[in-house]
Amino acid sequence: MKFLKRLSRGRGGSGAVAKERLRLVLAYDRTSVSPEVLEQIKDEIIAVISRHVSVDVSGVQVGVSQDQSESRLVADIPLAVRSTRRLDR
Amino acid sequence: MAATVVTITSGKGGVGKTTLVANLGVSLAMLGRRVVVIDADVGLRNLDVSLGLENRIVYDIVDVIEGRCRLRQAMVRDKRLSELFLIPAAQNRDKSAVKPDDMIRICDDLKENHDFVLVDSPAGIEEGFRYAVAPADRVLVVTNPEIASVRDADRVVGLLEAAEMNPPALVINRIKPDMVRRGEMLDIPDVVELLAIDLIGIVPEDPVILASTNRGQPASLSPDGSMAAHAFHDIAHRLCGEDVPFQAIDEPGLFSKLVRLIRMRGDGR
Repeated sequence: MKFLKRLSRGRGGSGAVAKERLRLVLAYDRTSVSPEVLEQIKDEIIAVISRHVSVDVSGVQVGVSQDQSESRLVADIPLAVRSTRRLDR
Repeated sequence: MAATVVTITSGKGGVGKTTLVANLGVSLAMLGRRVVVIDADVGLRNLDVSLGLENRIVYDIVDVIEGRCRLRQAMVRDKRLSELFLIPAAQNRDKSAVKPDDMIRICDDLKENHDFVLVDSPAGIEEGFRYAVAPADRVLVVTNPEIASVRDADRVVGLLEAAEMNPPALVINRIKPDMVRRGEMLDIPDVVELLAIDLIGIVPEDPVILASTNRGQPASLSPDGSMAAHAFHDIAHRLCGEDVPFQAIDEPGLFSKLVRLIRMRGDGR
């Protein structure tokens, strides 16, 4: 029973929510990159890359990730190519 | 042997800094150490009442800085422990009356004849914080397991790092084991992971603390009856360099987590 309780913990409890929210807040605090600045970085990255290849603009994500020792800026930029298989043919 | 200057700070107010300083002062003195506790919260003097010494104050730290008395005259000797002294804050002045160099000079003077100087920092990250950490050989950052307090603690850790001070150690105060068990409170490993500094103390929420503060008799004076007082004594031992295992705070499963936690200590930021 206790085992089950511990398994379920971390999903429903507000403690886990607090941890996730803190993780994000601290990542931004530590880098002093505000969400607005991130949005601006994202737009500029899209502009630069679009000069060379088509970017799937709606799928672009730019954020700050945080682990024990460092913060990093992570950009995920999907290209606007419908299928890679089509290229192969 | 020169004293170690330990500054206790938190960023956020109300997390239990003053109570921790009063109890650590008592615990260290009970271990036979010669201790001075300094109330650095000029304008909001409180450490005196925590220790029950409020009726014995003649001079304060600003009197020392401005030359109205000698350092020795501002040191209030505890009536229970002959090697515990308080240097009170001034109540009718503000933080601009103290400069970092003043704190460094006072602590240097105290170092020769004592083992520990504990500095109770004001809340915040402004000038009061800056003069309180200026003389520190070690800094303890106090947090409660809740979002605002952990966030502010992280700011403090960042500022200490930027000032190239020794890495601070963490005290997690007011843990409520039943809430942790229900998943409704940040757990100890969560907070340690987020802040990424070494842990030096875990203090459970304990009604004994309020009652003992009401009386001006810090709980650490009688460690047997209280989980929190026990935790304060553990921290005192750790400050003296002893390797004291962390108490399992009555929660099943917590102990194994603590063992893991202790293994992951020292990862740094």
